[in-house]
Amino acid sequence: MSATRAAAPQARHAAADSARPGRSLPTVVRHLAVAAGVALLVLLVSYQLDSFRNFQLATVAAYLCATAGLTVLTGLCGQLSLGHGALMATGAYTLALVQNAFAERGLTAGGWLIVSLVVAVLATVVVGAVVGVAAARLRGPYLAGLTLAVAVVVPALTVTFDGVFNGEQGLAVPVAPAPAGLGSYFPHERWQLWVAAAATLSCLVLLANLVRSRYGRAFRAVRDDEVAARLAGIHVARTQVVAFVVSAASAGLGGALLAVLAQSVSPGAFGLTLSLFLLMAVVIGGLGRLAGAAWGAVLLVALPDLTHSLTNLFTLSPAAAQRLEGNLPLAIFGATLIVVMIAAPGGVQGLLSRLTRALRARWPVGRS
Amino acid sequence: MGGDLLTVEALAAGYGPVPVLHDVDLRVPTGTIAAVIGANGAGKTTLLRTLSGMLRPTAGRILLDGRDLRGTPVEQLVRRGMAHVPEGRGVIGELTVEENLRLGALWRRDRTAAGHALDEVYQLFEPLARRRRHLGHQLSGGERQMLALGRALVGRPRLLLLDEPSLGLAPRVVAQTMALLRRLRDDTGLTVLLVEQNVRSALAVADQGIVMSLGRVALAAPAARLRDDADLRHAYLGF
Amino acid sequence: MDRFLFLTLDGLSRGAVYAAFALALVLIWRAGRIVNFAQGAMAVAAAYVAYSVTAATGSYWLGFGAALLAGLLLGAVVDIAVMRLVDHRSPLNPVIVALGLVLLIQAVLGMVYGNEYLPAQTPFSRTALTVGGTAVLSPYDLFVFATVGVVGAALVWVFTRTAIGLRMRAAAFAPEVSRLLGVNVGGMLTLGWALASGVGALAAMLVIPTELGLHPHAMDLVFVSAFTAAVLGGLDSPPGAVVGGLGVGLLLSYVSGYAGGDLIPLAVLALLLTVLLLRPGGLFAPVTARRV
Ligand SMILES: Nc1ncnc2c1ncn2[C@@H]1O[C@H](COP(=O)(O)OP(=O)(O)O)[C@@H](O)[C@H]1O
Ligand SMILES: [Mg+2]
Repeated sequence: MSATRAAAPQARHAAADSARPGRSLPTVVRHLAVAAGVALLVLLVSYQLDSFRNFQLATVAAYLCATAGLTVLTGLCGQLSLGHGALMATGAYTLALVQNAFAERGLTAGGWLIVSLVVAVLATVVVGAVVGVAAARLRGPYLAGLTLAVAVVVPALTVTFDGVFNGEQGLAVPVAPAPAGLGSYFPHERWQLWVAAAATLSCLVLLANLVRSRYGRAFRAVRDDEVAARLAGIHVARTQVVAFVVSAASAGLGGALLAVLAQSVSPGAFGLTLSLFLLMAVVIGGLGRLAGAAWGAVLLVALPDLTHSLTNLFTLSPAAAQRLEGNLPLAIFGATLIVVMIAAPGGVQGLLSRLTRALRARWPVGRS
Repeated sequence: MGGDLLTVEALAAGYGPVPVLHDVDLRVPTGTIAAVIGANGAGKTTLLRTLSGMLRPTAGRILLDGRDLRGTPVEQLVRRGMAHVPEGRGVIGELTVEENLRLGALWRRDRTAAGHALDEVYQLFEPLARRRRHLGHQLSGGERQMLALGRALVGRPRLLLLDEPSLGLAPRVVAQTMALLRRLRDDTGLTVLLVEQNVRSALAVADQGIVMSLGRVALAAPAARLRDDADLRHAYLGF
Repeated sequence: MDRFLFLTLDGLSRGAVYAAFALALVLIWRAGRIVNFAQGAMAVAAAYVAYSVTAATGSYWLGFGAALLAGLLLGAVVDIAVMRLVDHRSPLNPVIVALGLVLLIQAVLGMVYGNEYLPAQTPFSRTALTVGGTAVLSPYDLFVFATVGVVGAALVWVFTRTAIGLRMRAAAFAPEVSRLLGVNVGGMLTLGWALASGVGALAAMLVIPTELGLHPHAMDLVFVSAFTAAVLGGLDSPPGAVVGGLGVGLLLSYVSGYAGGDLIPLAVLALLLTVLLLRPGGLFAPVTARRV
């Protein structure tokens, strides 16, 4: 999270740089350097935090893939998708099936997980391409309706084809323990965080470079004015499909990581609510900013945790406590989404940028 | 004729941060026709939109019959006796002729009076009576003009704001419209604020000419003077 | 053949509900150019009100009336307290806000009533009557047809024959001109939301007992089906919504009868995709490839 926050101001300069073709290399280098810095930070932090916090941070990383992908699509390219929960499900179930297939053949070494993750991303790319081609022809409420249908229907398919997906029960995901070389007392959660952080950072570096590339500029041009973009020689439909596929791949990776972390998948985790959560996360974070995606991902993990602590403060019957815990975060998310859209459509990151801009205006030293 | 029906004092208005009208003053006595003329973009439409409340003034006052209109919502103005026929006339194409007309009188409590007003409009504009059941977008330009005027008249307004009624109409139809306005003024005491680019025909019926330029009133003078004084015409109207 | 007849009648009964729900979507779309994605959640909320009232009084009909009333009120409240405040310049904004409402409403329902399926009553038997040895329609199906028919006719009457209906249509087609003619456009929009939400509540009351029961998510798939129906008929066309609703109902009934109920979600998605890609303006729109 701190990675992207730090990256934002630099990225703004980089945007100017990369406009000149010869200077595009430094952008990549800069992103890689930031990623390496964050990786180091995560490594250090993972030794400070207890197992539960490590696990939570790993979950943030998994969600971050999906929110970053959705940010690229909705924030940068202007296409709304309510179906990203379903795309995460695609990644998660693919990973589960592949890992199970490996396990059946005795391929239990940790390295096979990388293959499974790649296959999961590829499967989501295929699904994303199908939806994306349709989506590129649709606008506004029609696009929202179609992706909503995807979000509602795809989880239901696990019941329709329960021979493969095992219905409401879902599938177990066999995951290799941490490598023996790390010592026998190495906490599994710390290992999970490492895996998730590594995958997410790779994903973010790719996305950040994409955003600063020719494609990123095409995305924004299409978002701002399709007609003008077309006149400028941009193939609008192709650009939109690319955005959708990239975004789907990120969501697929996020879903696959969730499956790795939970060591199981079930349709309940990927319902319409998840899709709405993701949308809420990018809106609250600030549409169109990768840094906002990080805020959103943190919220997705932190808010349920907070409400859990909150409900523990009161003495409630177990049933009431369970109802409250399950639903209070959703209510807060929903209310926040409404309030943010009405009061601060720029989201958290928009507020922060406005704040820093105001501060810089007062102390112009930092300005180059 | 008692006093001014419409008084505008130091009015300023615009779109968002863009000011358009500056310090506009005008008076329209009851039962007269005032023609607002000026080049494209002079702010004539903006003036009418501000008068009818669709734009909020940033400064100044609008008095109708001596009462300040500040804070009166747009939809209340018909009840105060003001009718605004907007630029492009605003005939609702998806509704029939009859429905468009009924809409103009819906706010009236007195249903029988409203019914009479409808019948009168049908007598005034016979083509409309023949096309009651036709949809608005099936009408010709001249018929739309009749419908828009008729729809304003069924509300029995005291003040009629007309935005370029002659736009896109044949000269014969323009002449008929102007003649009708004159007749309504003489017979019913209607007061009209008429925005026109067609300066000659507007000044032919108007009592007062108001020349607008760059959002200001450049000149307000009796129409007869504008018609007859070649120097004045030259200076302000360019012909 | 008997089975085909049964499935057809069953499909029409199901379709009548989709038609009503699609009609509610079309009403708001025409009034404010918003597809109300919260309509399913709002309708479920009204159905929960009915559940509480029926549980307290023992009367199905009091609950039914309460649901309609709750639907009307909720629609008005959502318009006044939420939708009016949203910046409509970007069409994304109202959609996102509606989705926020979905989360909020479903969560509140979950907190109050729990996330388990609650049984939903029907006022009439759902056992099909047999005519000459063939199972045809249940009394409940007849009740559904009658209710939807009456509501549809009432809407047509209101919109075409009454002054308030004329105002509502005018406000939807030409808000500025309507204000100049003395129409309270904001009020008409609120009224439109109330009516649509009331019709949505009615549809929920009719359809929930025929599915798994009352649940915060009970209308999710119904919403998608009704959206499909509305798109099929053209979002701008009330008669289209009715035809589309009946069509979707028939299709889903045949799919579930001949291929299995599990395939219904997939069939809805396939139908929606097909319609959007082939006839995005709806079945009755001119064939020109309109960008939507
Ligand atoms: N909706 C609008 N937003 C911003 N500026 C406008 C708008 N409508 C008109 N203007 C500007 O206001 C000025 C006056 O326009 P208008 O009142 O339409 O002039 P007229 O009716 O005399 O031709 C013009 O400079 C025009 O560009
Ligand atoms: Mg004008």
